Amino acid sequence: MAIKPLVTKDFATENLVQLKVYERTGGYTGYKKALEMQPDALVEEVKKSGLRGRGGAGFPTGNKWSFLPKGVYPRYLVCNADESEPGTFKDRYLIEKSPHQVLEGILIASYAIGCNLAFIYIRGEYLPQHDALETAIAEAREAGYIGKNVFGKGYDIDVILHRGAGAYICGEETALLTSLEGYRGEPRLKPPFPAIKGLYGKPTVVNNVETVVNLPHIVNNGADWFKSIGTPTGAGTRVWCMSGHVNRPGNYEVENGTPIRELIEEHGGGVWKNRKLKAFQPGGASMMVLLPEHLDVGLDFDAIAKAGSLAGAGAMVVMDETTCMVDAARRYVKFFHHESCGKCTPCREGTFWMANIFDAMEAGEAKPADIDLLLEIGYGIDGRSFCPLGDASTWFPRSVIKFFRDEFQQHIAEKGCPFKKQPQEAVA
Amino acid sequence: MPLAKSTADHIKDLAQRYPSKQSAIIPALWAVQHEQGYVTPEAMAEIAEHLGLPASLIEATASFYSMFLTKPEGRHEVVICVNAPCMLRGADEMTAYLGRALGVRDGGTTADGAITWHSTIECLGACGGAPMMQVDHQFEENLTEERIDAIIERLRQPVAVAAPAPAAASERPKRKAPAPRRTRSES
Repeated sequence: MAIKPLVTKDFATENLVQLKVYERTGGYTGYKKALEMQPDALVEEVKKSGLRGRGGAGFPTGNKWSFLPKGVYPRYLVCNADESEPGTFKDRYLIEKSPHQVLEGILIASYAIGCNLAFIYIRGEYLPQHDALETAIAEAREAGYIGKNVFGKGYDIDVILHRGAGAYICGEETALLTSLEGYRGEPRLKPPFPAIKGLYGKPTVVNNVETVVNLPHIVNNGADWFKSIGTPTGAGTRVWCMSGHVNRPGNYEVENGTPIRELIEEHGGGVWKNRKLKAFQPGGASMMVLLPEHLDVGLDFDAIAKAGSLAGAGAMVVMDETTCMVDAARRYVKFFHHESCGKCTPCREGTFWMANIFDAMEAGEAKPADIDLLLEIGYGIDGRSFCPLGDASTWFPRSVIKFFRDEFQQHIAEKGCPFKKQPQEAVA
Repeated sequence: MPLAKSTADHIKDLAQRYPSKQSAIIPALWAVQHEQGYVTPEAMAEIAEHLGLPASLIEATASFYSMFLTKPEGRHEVVICVNAPCMLRGADEMTAYLGRALGVRDGGTTADGAITWHSTIECLGACGGAPMMQVDHQFEENLTEERIDAIIERLRQPVAVAAPAPAAASERPKRKAPAPRRTRSES
């Protein structure tokens, strides 16, 4: 399948972060065109384009917008730039390379839903990216893209950049809104969904960075053009964050439906050190492991789901034959334990016990019954947690037990990690 | 230590900026940490006063987020990621080397007060450049022992010739001296 960069097409342009350079590449023409349209027509256009949210769940963006109740104001747009899923680093890339493209997407979405105050929630660790967005907002305000009565169209818009302070859970949209309101970042019960009662109890749309950067291109080129890219249920492209044991890790934008093999072998330059591929994980820390036999699956929400994993936030973590799958799972479990907000018991306690067992595995202190105990704890968390953080903490370890049970048995029989000669220090 | 007038004014401005003044809590905590290096109960009480909110609310929020620090640490903060994508590319070896090179354990501060370091399981968003660390929130990727040595040497320079702070954003009040700064609270 041909490579069609869409949102990253101008990223080689020097100084693209500057407003004038961004405008020269066609920047803000989508926003100007959008302002000529009726907001309802804009929502219809995005619905028709088939754009699905790039944050992880893949919900159709236009539909999400149209859930806002009629006539209830004010309403808010929140751009989720709290990228924290281990394995993902694309929002950072999209912001660093072209902060104005992110901003233009936000302005288009805001206009479409009739919002006069938009927020960007960026994770605390992304300080240089925060500063890049701040400069972009100032430039856009100066140029009249943000402000009162934009281009005399009677539309007012302001954008507030809000910096988080280190909490993975705030990437979950209701926790993000709670955090934005100044509270501890704990998730809320759904329903009511944010579209009905979101920020400050008002109708709110939360869209991911990678979702909004598609909007200028959809407005400029039309829904039919966008729909022609990718797969029937997965229009457009995605930026895949490739990491782990490949020769060329990095961000690669590919058309949806491109085989995983092409991403890893052509873009990533294949598995490093002439080693064999053992496993890979599409979607980030949360997602189930896949095997070399899945290399011909297309990069698409539905195709990956059919193969037994999820495309999630668009990470591709590649593991070669020397990888200790138990240790990989241990890192993720410890991550979820660290990031559990503590609101609900299955997640708070379950991730703690899973982490203990994984530490015992690596230290050579696990018992044969611990493998099934892990599965049992996973069963107690998945579907029984308040939000998806708990559920997701069990997916990777359970899939690893399914495909690599022998490695667990080896850890137990050999009283330690068969992949490492030295005993490992505890991590984090 | 009372807050500088510029920080106090900034916090009062923040209260006006959001539809709800409570939303100003996290930005206010950042402003305090930026000025004083960490967040004390006295500073939280002052935030509460400026925002017209109970102090308990400020503390409840501050204690949730791992980036707000409750005690002074070194002039520079080094955080190295040990999550799976970094592990695959040798993060454990780099973490062990960093600890040896600095001569202090994970979470400790060097004797000269220059550097506080810790490993983190929280992904910092640079898996494509793993192994990686953040030095005062700037990304340092594709680490090798030589690169770590060079970074440490730079950070150990006396204060006067230390690398300039990242471009100060307009929202943040300028910090006067690179006195004790960021660390992480217990999480």
